[in-house]
Amino acid sequence: MITGAAPAHIHYWLSGALLLIGLYGMLVPSNLVRKLMGMNILQTAVIVFFISLAAKTDGRLPLTASGGQPPAALDYINPLPHALMLTAIVVGVGTTGVALALIIRIQRAFGTLDERELLAKLSE
Amino acid sequence: MIEHLPILVVVVPLAAAAVVPLVGLRSTRAARGVMLAALAAAAALAVAALRQALAEGALHYQLGGWPPPWGIEYVVDPLAGGMAVLVAVFGLIVAVYTGPFLVGMPPLGAGGFCAVYLLLVTGLLGIVVTGDLFNLYVFLEISSLSAYALLALGGKRSLVASFRYLVLGTIAGSFYLLGIGYLYAITGTLNMADAAARLPAVAASPAFTVAVALIVIGLTIKLALFPLHGWLPDAYTYAPTPVTGFIAAVMTKVSAYALLRIFFFVLPGGGVADDALRLLGWAAAAAALAGSAMALAQTDVRRMLAYSSVGQIGYIVLGISIGTPLALTGALLHVLNHAVTKACLFLSAGGILFRTRVADVANYRGIARRLPISMAAFTVAAASIVGLPPTAGFFSKWYLLAAVLERGAWPFALALVGSSLLSAVYLFRVVERSYLGDAPEAAVASEASEGAPLELPLGMLVPIVLLAAGVLLLGVLSHAVVSQVIAFALPVDGGR
Repeated sequence: MITGAAPAHIHYWLSGALLLIGLYGMLVPSNLVRKLMGMNILQTAVIVFFISLAAKTDGRLPLTASGGQPPAALDYINPLPHALMLTAIVVGVGTTGVALALIIRIQRAFGTLDERELLAKLSE
Repeated sequence: MIEHLPILVVVVPLAAAAVVPLVGLRSTRAARGVMLAALAAAAALAVAALRQALAEGALHYQLGGWPPPWGIEYVVDPLAGGMAVLVAVFGLIVAVYTGPFLVGMPPLGAGGFCAVYLLLVTGLLGIVVTGDLFNLYVFLEISSLSAYALLALGGKRSLVASFRYLVLGTIAGSFYLLGIGYLYAITGTLNMADAAARLPAVAASPAFTVAVALIVIGLTIKLALFPLHGWLPDAYTYAPTPVTGFIAAVMTKVSAYALLRIFFFVLPGGGVADDALRLLGWAAAAAALAGSAMALAQTDVRRMLAYSSVGQIGYIVLGISIGTPLALTGALLHVLNHAVTKACLFLSAGGILFRTRVADVANYRGIARRLPISMAAFTVAAASIVGLPPTAGFFSKWYLLAAVLERGAWPFALALVGSSLLSAVYLFRVVERSYLGDAPEAAVASEASEGAPLELPLGMLVPIVLLAAGVLLLGVLSHAVVSQVIAFALPVDGGR
């Protein structure tokens, strides 16, 4: 919900900033766990974006007469993005789980999680 | 029954994936049986759905009885049906090939492999049949997560390759999801048909431009379109052969399908969407050339084939980017032909590796004498990648070239022909060496024993021979495929 004091669209800037931090975290650090953390920040950016879409002042309830057309998206406080983001969170948890499993296997196989050391060992 | 076909195609492999690990605890053979039965059923259902869609128009299925735009809708039109048949049939063929790889796995491992493989097929089938933009994201992630797990099964190197794919794949998925968010913000709908009806009114909005950019970046990473192909070569090279065979055959093709579906069935033509397609066209032409050129530089046959895929994906995206009916026909035909061809190449090269431990081009000398059938299949498929008649590859390349020339786009035509010439060089050095080179003494000595069977076990040989026959058959029948299936799969307004 945007209050009068906050500049309009501040939530978009927030989600954009999180997105860039996440991308940086995934691409720049050489430690795989840091990359994973960057990935989680990136996913959070998407969640913030969707949830902030749903919030609005003076919105009406998402109700419609049976058989009627849905009200225009701009008019009502929309519960759907929350439902979508529940699914996205589940996807994020799944991705994190697979990534952690891979990280454990990589640590056991190579004894390091540093990407530069890994590349050096792989090119041997 | 018929009205439930769209959901059954997805639910059957999904349910089997839940059962298989339990069965696998008792017996690996039974787990494989359940997997094969489920995939055979999915293939039969997909064929039935395609026939129905061709005969009586698209099948619409409302999940939970909620009509769109409230509920999620599955739509099997001839395009979706054709892709579903492709995915399910390849799932089945490659599943047959997995047999020798499952032997010796611990029970939980074998059951787990079958379950994750089924989930991968489920995800890809879901992408194809869904008529909902967010649902497509969920299936995209289901298939990607399964693919990360399967690709990591090839030993130490594959772990690192899989992690890198996971990082890039998640960036791609998140970008796609953000793009969908922007589309949702300006249209208030996630249903593809509904969005297509509402988008023209808001196509001038900057949010629409951002949405198109994000979706294009997301899908091109999943597609491995040059220069965003970085994850593909390592992932394909080190993964277990059946996994590479299946993923190389259909996974990038399904992403190409998603691109085609969104550009020609959801986004309004003109303006930003056309600009994006034009940009994709140049990237695709660069991909066709660069993929083939990089394949030339490889010494490992599997890595060479992986770069060859990067080039062939360029062909498909080039067809989509031109977007005329002729070009889309070529692109769809190439999706089918390249799936058959590349699966045949990867499975026969993987079989040769399985039997002889040979992966380097240099060591392919005399291989044809030791594995004559596998190498013959490899050669037929190689001819198809190059585009020699009467193999399948010739016909799709012909359509694509004709479409490019129709547009008068000479740089693209040069890229297509140049890429084919390069692929002739890198593939025929393998074929030539395997038929004309003498087997080195060391390799002969390293064979387990004199009397050991050299050709592959039947479970691996049958899929390879079927695929090689498919390469020739699709060439002969290409006109029938185009006139009886692909012609109905094109966008109704005839593309752009």
